[in-house]
Amino acid sequence: MTSEQPTPEQPTPEQPTPEQPTPEQPTPDVPDVPDAGTAPAPAPAPAPAPAASTSRSWRAIGRALAPRATRAQVLAGLLCALLGFAIVVQVQQNRSDGLSSLRQDELVRILDEVTQRTEELEDQAVELRSQRAELATGSDTRRAAREAATERAAQQGILAGRLPAEGPGVELTIRDADRQVPALVLYNVLEELRNAGAEAVQINDLRVTASTYVVDTPDGVSVDGTLLEPPYRWRAIGDPEVIIPALNMPGGALAVVRGSGGESTVEARTTVTVDAVREVEPPQFATPVPAAEAG
Amino acid sequence: MIAVIGLIIGAAVGLFLEPTVPTALQPYLPIAVVAALDALFGGLRALLDGNFDDRVFLVSFLSNVVVAALIVFLGDQLGVGTQLSTAVVVVLGIRIFSNAAAIRRHLFKA
Repeated sequence: MTSEQPTPEQPTPEQPTPEQPTPEQPTPDVPDVPDAGTAPAPAPAPAPAPAASTSRSWRAIGRALAPRATRAQVLAGLLCALLGFAIVVQVQQNRSDGLSSLRQDELVRILDEVTQRTEELEDQAVELRSQRAELATGSDTRRAAREAATERAAQQGILAGRLPAEGPGVELTIRDADRQVPALVLYNVLEELRNAGAEAVQINDLRVTASTYVVDTPDGVSVDGTLLEPPYRWRAIGDPEVIIPALNMPGGALAVVRGSGGESTVEARTTVTVDAVREVEPPQFATPVPAAEAG
Repeated sequence: MIAVIGLIIGAAVGLFLEPTVPTALQPYLPIAVVAALDALFGGLRALLDGNFDDRVFLVSFLSNVVVAALIVFLGDQLGVGTQLSTAVVVVLGIRIFSNAAAIRRHLFKA
């Protein structure tokens, strides 16, 4: 395929075809063929025929582009293939790993930069960590405050009668079919329960709170405006060991009940449920004293 | 035409094979590529000047590559590899520009 001598009907580019004898065609007496890579510009186009020279150049390109199996073409193709291969390999290499092709001083510079950047990032990490700790502490504080508030709300709800409660306590039943026991006696029983440390008290379906009152009415005993039907079933949450002796004290509350014509039984229970609740209305006139003045 | 096809085939082979450049050659390949580009433009200019010679093209191509790599190698040994490769790239870049200008004058008369 690669012919050593160009065939006459396929003139090589450096042998212009005879039917195009242009005046600026290189003369054969050029002393030395210039290096292809370093060919000095031989003032290629003298002024007389610039258009003809341009078309000749284009024709030269066209001739070179025409596929012919000359030695020059094959050689140029081979070298161009080598060049394309090398370019692609180098580009890929450059893209894939930048570090392995670098020189020592460049690597040292990059290492310095990376070290500096690492220090900056570590400083940043320390700062962020301390911020995170502060935030975590803050949220802990808020959570503790919320838990304390919830607990306080539960305690005060029980004390105010707003929440049902359960716990160890006593059940006290006062039978008084003839409604002979006056309100004062029942109030004594309530006071005795409170003195003995009862924390939540209920009479029948009525929750007893700090504002509970017991009065006599023509129809019977009224508690907080509700007529109380005998038998009176008390449920009190507190220490039974304290409440029962207090009630049974000689001359105490239950003795007075018996003296006024009622019968009473009192039993200790491990679990007493005080499930009656009362709506607590917000105070209309009283407001809390501000903390600064209170302190 | 064969040259263009060769360029495309070479690029395709490079893309397909994805070869790894040996570590010893890695500093010299980019310089060699630039030198080969310079030879390619020189050959194109010689073609337009009408004095293209395949033997000269081959020799100039190979010698350009070898000399460029050699200069960089020498610079590496002397401890001025970075500066010398910069110098080689600058010189070859100037030559590529002047060759491209000559080609442009040939083709466009401008």
